[in-house]
Amino acid sequence: MKNQMRKNYSVIVVGGGPAGLAAALGARQAGAERILIIDREVETGGILNQCIHSGFGLHYFKEELTGPEYAERFNQQVRSDKITILTDSYVLNITPDLKIEVISKKHGYLNLRAKAVVLAMGCRERTRGAIRTPGFRPSGVMTAGLAQKMVNMKGVLPGQRVAILGSGDIGMIMARRLILEGCQVVGVFELHPFSSGLTRNKVQCLDDFDIPLHLSTTVAFIHGRKRVERLTLAPVTTDYKPDLKQSWDIQCDTLLFSIGLIPENELSARLRIKMDPATGGPQVSSTMETSLPGVFACGNVLHVHDIVDFVSEESHRAGRYAAELALGMRRPGDNITLYPGENIASCTPHSLSSDREQTIYLRVKQPVKDATLKIGNRYEQKFRTLVPSEMVKLSLPPKVLNHFFGEQLRIEVSSEEGAQ
Amino acid sequence: MKKELICISCPMSCPLELTIVNGEILSITGNRCKNGEIYARQELTHPQRVVTTTVACRSGLWPRLPVKTIAAVPKDYVTNVVTELHEVEVEAPVLLGQIIIENVANTGIAVIATRSLPHETVKE
Amino acid sequence: MYDVIIVGGGIIGCALARELSRYNVRLALLEKEVEVGFGTSKTNSGIIHAGHHSPPGTLKGQFEWSGNQLWGDLAKELKFGFKHIGELLIAQKREDLQYLENLKKQGDSRGVTGLEMWGPKRIQKEEPNLSHTILKALHAPTAAVINPYEACFGLIECAKQNGLELFCDHPVQSIKRERDNFSIATPRGSFRARIILNAAGLFADHVAAMVGAKTFSISPRKGEEYLLDRRLQGIVTHLIFPTPTATSKGVLIIPTVDGPTMVGPTAEDIDDREDLSTSYSGAADVFAAVRKTCPAISERDTITEFAGLRAVSESNDFIIKRSPVKNFYNIAGIQSPGLTAAPVIATYVINMLRDNDLSLVKKQTWKADIDGPPRFAAMSPKDRKAAIHKDSAFGQIVCRCELVTEAEVLYAIKHGARTLDGVKFRVRAGMGRCQGGFCTTRLMDLLAQADEIPLSEITKRGKGSEICIQRHDIIPKKDDR
Repeated sequence: MKNQMRKNYSVIVVGGGPAGLAAALGARQAGAERILIIDREVETGGILNQCIHSGFGLHYFKEELTGPEYAERFNQQVRSDKITILTDSYVLNITPDLKIEVISKKHGYLNLRAKAVVLAMGCRERTRGAIRTPGFRPSGVMTAGLAQKMVNMKGVLPGQRVAILGSGDIGMIMARRLILEGCQVVGVFELHPFSSGLTRNKVQCLDDFDIPLHLSTTVAFIHGRKRVERLTLAPVTTDYKPDLKQSWDIQCDTLLFSIGLIPENELSARLRIKMDPATGGPQVSSTMETSLPGVFACGNVLHVHDIVDFVSEESHRAGRYAAELALGMRRPGDNITLYPGENIASCTPHSLSSDREQTIYLRVKQPVKDATLKIGNRYEQKFRTLVPSEMVKLSLPPKVLNHFFGEQLRIEVSSEEGAQ
Repeated sequence: MKKELICISCPMSCPLELTIVNGEILSITGNRCKNGEIYARQELTHPQRVVTTTVACRSGLWPRLPVKTIAAVPKDYVTNVVTELHEVEVEAPVLLGQIIIENVANTGIAVIATRSLPHETVKE
Repeated sequence: MYDVIIVGGGIIGCALARELSRYNVRLALLEKEVEVGFGTSKTNSGIIHAGHHSPPGTLKGQFEWSGNQLWGDLAKELKFGFKHIGELLIAQKREDLQYLENLKKQGDSRGVTGLEMWGPKRIQKEEPNLSHTILKALHAPTAAVINPYEACFGLIECAKQNGLELFCDHPVQSIKRERDNFSIATPRGSFRARIILNAAGLFADHVAAMVGAKTFSISPRKGEEYLLDRRLQGIVTHLIFPTPTATSKGVLIIPTVDGPTMVGPTAEDIDDREDLSTSYSGAADVFAAVRKTCPAISERDTITEFAGLRAVSESNDFIIKRSPVKNFYNIAGIQSPGLTAAPVIATYVINMLRDNDLSLVKKQTWKADIDGPPRFAAMSPKDRKAAIHKDSAFGQIVCRCELVTEAEVLYAIKHGARTLDGVKFRVRAGMGRCQGGFCTTRLMDLLAQADEIPLSEITKRGKGSEICIQRHDIIPKKDDR
């Protein structure tokens, strides 16, 4: 086995999905020379490769692209920027002094060093166990993302009559996909009284194909000893408990779970990076640096995004800051702590700097209409509607924080109408 | 007459309210950009959709190749488009944007590859 | 014609197979599932009991301590995980204290080593996450944890290398007495044997009835278990037992041999011998009980749950004896501490056979140990480097949650894994927090390549549990229309 890999890099990016690709490009733009992307799959692009539907790129490229097209634009740029890519490779460990232990089928066991590391491992899907759906454990129960990979990349189908629990975007998009591939979709079932995906996906994925969406409903029992045979469904009460007296059964051979995503932070946990329980990702400064100096985080490993365009924007920025650090330019530390207040489920970054434009991503806890978002007494913005399923991006011009001399700012959302 | 629609032009999903008199749209409200109005007029008269799906690919890195219609097709044709594409098999390598079918399901619209798919033996 | 056929490839059948493979007998094992260990053993809690639990005057009491002492060596020989973590049996009520004292006496008199009564101070020091309301705990350092299915795989592989013929996916349909022999019918051919050892677990009474040897009946008792995220690994370091009730040892906290913490089981008498369903009430019961002993454990940390069935006989003790039918032996009603007792039950049965004139001559070349599967996750950096250098498949991670390499999966397939569950229970791929979300298609590819079958023929655990279908199963090709 030949080991021709270089050992020292300016910036090493862990993960070659949309976040990792954008971070590498950001690092190159900021002048970093030796950049390496490490990806565990056979090719870069991450989950975009299986998201064959369109809806990507409207912000970033100002045109609507499919997932693979979006990925390919980045892949092409990464190639023309001569960024090194290591696929089929896995980061076993990162040490606090940024030594990186990698295994690779092609290159064997590698010990690499970086001046800065960008964590861009993405996220994974919540599974049946997370909500403890009772019943048997037959085959035919899987996450929507796994079904998507089977259908769009492996060319097989998860089953014939499919039910979907959870109205997240992947769930609704898979409902349409399976109909187009000749399957029957018996319904999409959502625990909450509102759909948890984008409204446009309800329209073009469910309504277009007359797929029923049952709100405030859950799967109360999975029947079938070898393969799913039927489900017991039940409406849920206001505290999300199933009302079994009003349950009904439905015949199907497959149940897909689309019940949310969780940042994949095994590596970060091993590094003892400070985490934010609200996002499930690391805490980061305004330069996207984690509590471990030299380690940056971006994309879904930081907090789960709704649209990839925001991932690209955020990650490009993280890559630029990582490159700056690798080139020996350390910015002054953040002087303001940002913390969530009323109706804020989560927000990143966790601190701000008053010396330049600041980008903040946040999510509300409860859907609200005619809402006012405030950051201390420095910033105010009105929104017609805010819902938990749609992340909000704020750009604060430098003047907002310029003459702020406090140490912390609270971000909060209030509404005249209150929660719906 | 009032009619409500959800704009599907972008993830903003603007809720549109149309005022229609004698089959003519008098006003459209709720859209945050010009696309909302275009969508509403189109959806009311000739609804159409871009179709994304996959076709079989011989000896590719993956056995399926993602494709899309290069423009939106009439909504009623979506099933025909997909049915025709079920029969299609291409051979790797394929390039991004490569035309797979010139005129799918007699819509006059082409279907193109939405990624480059190398041969199964070619790895980066 | 076999000298001995074992019916049932659970932990008992596998232990019997290995023990008998020492001798010059022609030996086969018939298992109804697609792999060994796929019945009750797969869902067992994996506890090697300390030795003091079972009452004297029972077979359970006779075998618990003697069985306990064999597992350390067995694990070494058969290369499966084994950790001597000890157990704490806790008393939270005054009236429970006497039970602890009695149990300690019972254990001491049996020779169980190291039993010690701990007060609140010691408990807090050793297990700071346990409830502060615990009055006393009986510490039994001899308790250990294993993976019962790994033990099955190891035992059967050792038996196979010493001449056992294994027939999985061979459910016994009928048994006929033919002069001095038996003829056993399965859907895939019939087998003749001089002696039958009935270790059919939940179905042991059915199998016995086939030949008129049913002197007992089995009723299933269900237990639900909940496996927690690795985040909670180490929240307790000993097995935690509450003071037991009449029907069960109660809800335990189990630091599994692989690390993650598991809580359960429930104990519910049911009728259906295949009812492996979990329930809302089971989850509620388990977590309500666990919260009392360890308040920091929450149901939100569950990554998966499953149910298992104990094979309970009406006597509540093991049934290990010759039946009214000559040369037909029942080894039935093996519930807790059945796993602990399994190796001793095997030698006990062999002595029984010997007493009944089976001439048992030891083989000259019996090999006690097996090579065992490689475990990348457990290797040192140096060993990992060497492993990848020798076989590049060690450089390819298949399951990222549990750090499983392609080489390990290929090894498992080579050594008998035929299904996704078979791979999962051998190498842990798909057992972690993503529950197979990422690795399933890779595992399917590897299984399909090894057996040269299409993906649509890969099953979770045998025919009828296929994972996916072919597109043309529902989209007919033009020619077919």
